[in-house]
Amino acid sequence: MLVIENLHVVVDGQEILKGVDLKVGAGEVHSIMGPNGSGKSTLAQVIAGRDTYQITAGRILYRGRDVTELSPEERACEGVFMAFQYPVEIPGVSTSYFLRSALNAQRKYRGLEEVDALDFLTLVKERIRLLGMDERLLNRALNEGFSGGEKKRNEIFQLAVLEPRLAILDETDSGLDIDALKVVADGVNRLRGPERAFVVVTHYQRLLNYIVPDYVHVLAGGRIVRSGGKELALELEQRGYGWLSDEQAIEAVAGQTAAERAG
Amino acid sequence: MITATEPNYSFAAALAEFESRLDGGRPWLRELRQAALARFLERGFPTTRDEDWRFTNISALERTPFRPAGACDVPAQRATLLALPWDVGGEQLILVNGCYAPDLSTLSAESGLRCGSVTSVLATDDGELEDHLAQYADYMDCSFVALNTAFIADGAYVRIPRRHMAERPLHIVHISVPGEAPSMVHPRTLVLVDDEAQASIVESYISLGEGTSFTNAVTEVVVGEGARLRHYKLAREALGTYHIGTLQIHQKRDSEVLSHCITLGGGLVRHNINSVLAGAGGHCRLLGLYLVGGDQHVDNHLRVEHVAPHCDSREVFKGILEGRARAVFTGRIVVHRGAQQTDAKQTNKNLMLSGEAQVDSKPQLEIHADDVKCTHGATIGQIDRDALFYLRSRGLSEAAARSLLVYAFAGESLAEIEIEPLRRRLQRELAARLPQGEFLEALS
Repeated sequence: MLVIENLHVVVDGQEILKGVDLKVGAGEVHSIMGPNGSGKSTLAQVIAGRDTYQITAGRILYRGRDVTELSPEERACEGVFMAFQYPVEIPGVSTSYFLRSALNAQRKYRGLEEVDALDFLTLVKERIRLLGMDERLLNRALNEGFSGGEKKRNEIFQLAVLEPRLAILDETDSGLDIDALKVVADGVNRLRGPERAFVVVTHYQRLLNYIVPDYVHVLAGGRIVRSGGKELALELEQRGYGWLSDEQAIEAVAGQTAAERAG
Repeated sequence: MITATEPNYSFAAALAEFESRLDGGRPWLRELRQAALARFLERGFPTTRDEDWRFTNISALERTPFRPAGACDVPAQRATLLALPWDVGGEQLILVNGCYAPDLSTLSAESGLRCGSVTSVLATDDGELEDHLAQYADYMDCSFVALNTAFIADGAYVRIPRRHMAERPLHIVHISVPGEAPSMVHPRTLVLVDDEAQASIVESYISLGEGTSFTNAVTEVVVGEGARLRHYKLAREALGTYHIGTLQIHQKRDSEVLSHCITLGGGLVRHNINSVLAGAGGHCRLLGLYLVGGDQHVDNHLRVEHVAPHCDSREVFKGILEGRARAVFTGRIVVHRGAQQTDAKQTNKNLMLSGEAQVDSKPQLEIHADDVKCTHGATIGQIDRDALFYLRSRGLSEAAARSLLVYAFAGESLAEIEIEPLRRRLQRELAARLPQGEFLEALS
């Protein structure tokens, strides 16, 4: 589904990703964990096509195709979705209208007929229940005056309506209380399927109690320094990120991981 | 200061010619005109050396030999005039080149509501006019008000009697029909909303044809105790038009005013919007939206005077600029001594769609009382990149996402229009101006 090879990314003149490699297969859930400033969000946004971030080396393959040069909207239409860490407030545009425009833009790209207002309403009402959200949110301006939890739920709601092949969740858990977290995780779990892959970016292990990943990767200093199964998340929970704090440790771990792989 | 330049003399000649065409008229009105002209000749036009005109250069206007527009052949223009999009679901009072056009107007006049032309009021009861006309917009203070006052002949007159709740909006349409040579009109409007009455008034300024013209409008509004007025001004003249408009609002105790000034057309546009909160407990909201491009220049010059205590005022002006357009905003709030518990706020937000557009925003506070709350803020920015990325990441094209953000920026201001047919029409017009407009249509 997604293959990232030796990805180097520069943001505002500073190299944030320094050679990331990642493989995500259809139906898999991968978690990217790491300390603040490790480049997790940059990675998520680069996959979604943020064009202010400069790719200086490497490439991103999505369903076998190099998408490095594709615009964010082309990627969206191809089935890539990112749930934002900080969803943007857009006054004056209703959530429902925006989402129908987005859905129809994607359908048009795929050569499908546009969804009419009535069918769309039926669809969103069904999906909004999935997230335990108030239907009235649909008529409010997109994210405007939404609480932190409402914004995050709204992201997953959009995911549920747009039904992407590859969903990237960028710190969807931050700012959620435990009840909201369960609702969001529950929504994501229902959307899991053999044709859909998830990349769950998080700082905390907590979310992974509810969205259980198949693979866990640790991103530090702009590289993936360790990869493992879901038990790696538990280890990080116990040890924290302190052991990754200095460059030497990172290099040591990187070396160790490489040695393990080689061994 | 006397500026005895050539054009000013031509204004004196123009007035003489203009007066000779009037049949007699009331002595007090003739005296008023003469005094106003004298004041204008004394002051001359402002220059960019005047602080209030620093960013708006009207020397080209001053150099143009404008003549008063003649009477328009309304029957000949009837079809064109009737095709103009002015239906806002209420009465229409239409003036062509400053003169009331009864054939085009639809004044079915609700009982008790007085509205019509200045001349018709003069013919019946001029006392009412003499008490109010030119009593609020001070021709001693402003050259353009002086010039307008010097040329008063006809105009729109509206009186909402005490406790009258006008159910439908009144639309006053000022149409200028420029001739071959540069022409000027001085539309005059007087609106009296008596105590505890309520009304919505739309004033539109439209021009037919592209000729060079000068519209110098003055509207005086008096809002009585406990009265409520919604006033919408639409400036949508052709690019060859210089539009200088003064809206002078006088608010009595516990009155409530919403003024929304929307600029879509005109080459050089200056709105002077002045509100005097003369009685305690008044509420005043001055809103504005300007959508300008090309070489358009729009200057919104606001002055809110808190004379009485316990009043609040809000100024919220938003603008979208394309091309080499230029916008100026001055929001002056004056809190007089004794106007305690004043709550005043002003905001000016600009969205720049071009690197060549320019904005000068000047919030000003002048406070002579000690127990007040006053804030101001101005922003000038481009389309938010984060918002653009957010929308595109959901599949909207860059053009659609940009249009949506521009639409939303202006849409917030249009949403304040309480007259639905007017709001919808402006939303449609806005959508039509933007790329991917058809996609935005369904938004409203």
